[in-house]
Amino acid sequence: MTTLPETTDRKLGLVIDLDTCVGCHACVVACKGWNTEAYGAPLSDQDPYGAEPSGTFLNRVHSYEVQPEDGAAQLVHFPKSCLHCEDAPCVTVCPTGASYKRAEDGIVLVDESACIGCGLCAWACPYGAREMDAAEGVMKKCTLCVDRIYNENLPEQDRVPACVRTCPAGARHFGDLGDPESDVSRLVAARGGMDLMPEQGTRPVNKYLPPRPRDKLDQMEQSAPRLDPVIEEPGGFLGWLDRALEKL
Amino acid sequence: MTRHQPELDTSPQVSDEVRKTTCYMCACRCGIDVHMKEGKVAYIEGNRDHPVNRGVLCAKGSAGIMQHNAPSRLRAPLKRVGPRGSGEFQEIGWDEALEIATGWLAPIRKEAPEKLAFFTGRDQSQSFTSFWAQNFGTPNYAAHGGFCSVNMAAAGIYTIGGAFWEFGQPDWERTKLFMIFGVAEDHDSNPIKMGLGRLKERGVPVIGVNPIRTGYNAIADDWIGITPGTDGLFILSLVHELLRAGRIDLDYLSRYTNAPVLVNGDTSSSEHGLLLRDEHGKSLVIDRTTGRPTPFDQPGVRPDLHATYRHAGVTHRPVLHLLAERYLDPQYAPEAVAEKCGIKADKIRRIAAELARVAFEEEITLDREWTDFRGETHSTMTGRPVSFHAMRGISAHSNGFQTCRALHMLQILLGSVEVPGGFRFKPPYPKPVHAHPTPHCHSRPDCPLDGPHLGFPRGPEDLALKEDGSPARIDKAFTWENPMSAHGLMHMVISNAHAGDPYKIDTLFMYMANMSWNSSMNTRGVMEMLTDTDENGGYVIPRIIYSDAYSSEMVAYADLVLPDTTYLERHDCISLLDRPISEADAAADAIRWPVVEPERPGHHGVRGFQSVLCDLGARLGLPGFVNEDGTATYEDYADYITNHQRKPGIGPLAGWRTGKAGLTHGRGAPNAAQLKTYIENGGFFVSHIPENAAYMKPWNMAYQDWAVGLGLFEAPQPYIFDLYAEPLRRFQLAAEGHGARQPPDHLRDRIKTSLDPLPIWYPPLEDNATDTGEYPVHALTQRPMAMYHSWGTQNAWLRQIHGANPLYLPTRIWEKHGFAEGDWARVTSPHGEITVPVAHMAALNENTVWTWNAIGKRKGAWALARDAPEATKGFLLNHLIHELLPERGDGLRWSNSDPVTGQAAWFDLRVKLEKSSPPGEARPGFAPVTSPVGTGPEHLAWKVGE
Repeated sequence: MTTLPETTDRKLGLVIDLDTCVGCHACVVACKGWNTEAYGAPLSDQDPYGAEPSGTFLNRVHSYEVQPEDGAAQLVHFPKSCLHCEDAPCVTVCPTGASYKRAEDGIVLVDESACIGCGLCAWACPYGAREMDAAEGVMKKCTLCVDRIYNENLPEQDRVPACVRTCPAGARHFGDLGDPESDVSRLVAARGGMDLMPEQGTRPVNKYLPPRPRDKLDQMEQSAPRLDPVIEEPGGFLGWLDRALEKL
Repeated sequence: MTRHQPELDTSPQVSDEVRKTTCYMCACRCGIDVHMKEGKVAYIEGNRDHPVNRGVLCAKGSAGIMQHNAPSRLRAPLKRVGPRGSGEFQEIGWDEALEIATGWLAPIRKEAPEKLAFFTGRDQSQSFTSFWAQNFGTPNYAAHGGFCSVNMAAAGIYTIGGAFWEFGQPDWERTKLFMIFGVAEDHDSNPIKMGLGRLKERGVPVIGVNPIRTGYNAIADDWIGITPGTDGLFILSLVHELLRAGRIDLDYLSRYTNAPVLVNGDTSSSEHGLLLRDEHGKSLVIDRTTGRPTPFDQPGVRPDLHATYRHAGVTHRPVLHLLAERYLDPQYAPEAVAEKCGIKADKIRRIAAELARVAFEEEITLDREWTDFRGETHSTMTGRPVSFHAMRGISAHSNGFQTCRALHMLQILLGSVEVPGGFRFKPPYPKPVHAHPTPHCHSRPDCPLDGPHLGFPRGPEDLALKEDGSPARIDKAFTWENPMSAHGLMHMVISNAHAGDPYKIDTLFMYMANMSWNSSMNTRGVMEMLTDTDENGGYVIPRIIYSDAYSSEMVAYADLVLPDTTYLERHDCISLLDRPISEADAAADAIRWPVVEPERPGHHGVRGFQSVLCDLGARLGLPGFVNEDGTATYEDYADYITNHQRKPGIGPLAGWRTGKAGLTHGRGAPNAAQLKTYIENGGFFVSHIPENAAYMKPWNMAYQDWAVGLGLFEAPQPYIFDLYAEPLRRFQLAAEGHGARQPPDHLRDRIKTSLDPLPIWYPPLEDNATDTGEYPVHALTQRPMAMYHSWGTQNAWLRQIHGANPLYLPTRIWEKHGFAEGDWARVTSPHGEITVPVAHMAALNENTVWTWNAIGKRKGAWALARDAPEATKGFLLNHLIHELLPERGDGLRWSNSDPVTGQAAWFDLRVKLEKSSPPGEARPGFAPVTSPVGTGPEHLAWKVGE
């Protein structure tokens, strides 16, 4: 078993806006591209041009339909990657110490040189956020682009995770969720940011902003704004037109 | 175990070098940073400085590395050795390939240039390829717009002098209500997502109108799950409501549109319904000050929207009268349209009220002084902050042209075009219809064509007809069947060439167009036409030359394949002469350049198609491609981009030209270092519009002067919007019997109905030709955001996201037929039948089924294994759609397209479906083609650096 740090100096993580995510998968592929070239072993693909292509991805977008009792069904796009939990069961379950949570920023990582590929951590993670790389036999997971966010070889504005940098709709935000004054913490407060599966007791750092209520036009009362006709006034439309032009 | 935290290098070197070029994973044309390690492509991300994407990049763009490495890349020119369609080829060298092509093309040019049909598909170099075709002399040239979005483009040009996407954009920063119609999830990919993100950030409501609630519609605050093909009716009902309530922008209408322009009311005149004009051709309005007919643009004129003009016993009324009379008719009342549109009447009313409320009660005023074309100076700019976007979903119907016109009419009535918070043009737009060319089609042996192929007809005199009245073009563009086919009809070329109607051709030359698969309607039929033989045993279409970078389905049908490079290996220009990347606040253009050399070890290699055309042009001695001494004018496409001048001082790229005193932009002589300078500046050029010129562009003299300065046009060309489209009326007049050029009798009624100068709605033509009781279900396709039809489906990363495409069924149909997960359905249209896997989707119009476009692949194509899911479960709806409507028993061929523009009416498709036992593989199946490149590797772990 591996120990978690008692506290971390910062709680770096993502805030993902489900009201804004269009489900375009840009984050999925930017992540694949960066992390294939960067941290540790490449994210491999098996049978990439065959019948059952299967590759390692650290971030995937799932889509769920919601059918309200009244009204039209809705579609919610739900990107999912490691949530960098404060009580990360994937760390405590690790028999070799390969899985660990960084004391300075709370990022959960796998030290690939110590990973024996036993898969216990993936089993322990309630979110299914870890993937075993079939080619390398080591566990892969979101690194929060630890090799980008402090990288002095990158311009300062690029020191964010690849998924955040690339997101066209701006649905992904990165920052310190341990600092109540940070932009991400304010966003979470303003928009009612939520934990994923809080009942698991993992205390995830990443937060999700829920979709805003939809289809308000369908719920409006009969007293909702309507247009008052002018064509029933004397002279019909042309009569109105003449009077309106006089006022211009 | 005690806590152990290993040392970690958090500042690894990212790459050796960043090379900035332009993406080509779709038609969006974002700027990309290509990170290189050891001379290889290591990582691709968005270019933060680029005007299109400002750093972001979509899934396709980030997966470009897998497109560049794709095993399906062609490696050498191919000469067909097996029967057409087999995929059996022999690799040959470039000299041999070009000699073959020259040997085929030279006699055609000498004797009958029209026997070459040159269609360039998803070409982004149309100003170049059309220049080549024009100098070859064939009238038969176009790109793919005819089956894409010509309705949108043409309706926009004819109404407001521009349309959506490349022509303009919503004012994302200022709009307060946004309505999006029928977007196919890609056009224009990243800017729309970025814009929606900005709206969400500001809490601006989004209304999505689409039968399918995916993508942008999934995040819309309100969803209108409209019945396909009824958008126009819905829009006209909104117009009805606004007129009824007098919620229209009278000041805007009187100043900037032809609402006050007088229409000839003399029913006995051959000019009935045309606009009244003075002796200089200026359209006339009644001046509210003098009460007299006055040219619309006369300084000081106050155009009257109300007054009529009585002359010689005839009353001539302004456009607004005709418009109000039409749309106030009860047939457009919300109650009257609700059932057809599948939208409750009350909801239509609320939307109209909301549009009016935001437009008129949340008005924006910018303190920017500007002077209009009548010489009047305004101290502010008034904005009506409602904006719209639309694309193929409303365009790809047989009523699409008029539907798109209706949408522009709605925008105009609200006063929300080219104002703060509304819809804004991108340079070189706005550009009125009269500033565009007309079509040209007169070909003579051994001569260039008499002018540009494509254009915007003003009336019957501009049709592409021969002296005997028969079509001049193989695709029958610009004929009475579809007079305003401004993008040509690529989807009719093979069918017409096969039928020898209007004439036979010799060589079909195509680029980037997967015609034997996802880019054709009636796909099986097209394959048969491509392989059909005549009584002598020769192919009915004698020769086919095809250029593609990848082993697409169409490759197998070519006699000669000219392999193109990938987008990272080539020069390109995204030109202001073509389909530019400008933004509403700036003109912009860009380049691609070989960030890696096109190496295909062990093979003869590949060449950029445009460079090959330069070479072929020189070999054929085409004007513009050979010097007086017979040598080639352009060594390659890069040379053309740098040195070609369309007119003195104007070339493909506007940035860093040579002026009298050093470098200049816009107008200037060629600069030998231009491409190098583009590369140093991130691959693009931007020229910002001054603040006082950034809105009201069609009427704003500061903008007009700025545009002339940059070389976008030669003289200021202010104009007013055409609510009433006079060119359409000229075709109606012909159909009524006026004028020398007369339509055939069987088309008169259709022209009278469909070429109405005011927007109309009529049911999709397929509904009239089909028993809608027997085929009650609408069937649509959408392009996924993470895949771009035949450009991307073999991409190793993207196919893990979209490797299969079930047919999505709404709850009502799912339950009615008792479908369960894993089931298959037999889907039948009047034209064909497919058997495909199905899936349930609740967020869907209850009478509509749909699937992702072009996921299905033919066995043997794209270097995929033959048992790849794309080939076993993937399918195309194309098999259900015909290029012609079902027979009516009148002995005539009625094309399945818009009667105004010829746009392929993909989305008119009607089907019925039933449960089927799983057939093992999707039907219809086709014999595998032999892959000219083998199949891809079994494992992939792409890491360039160590």
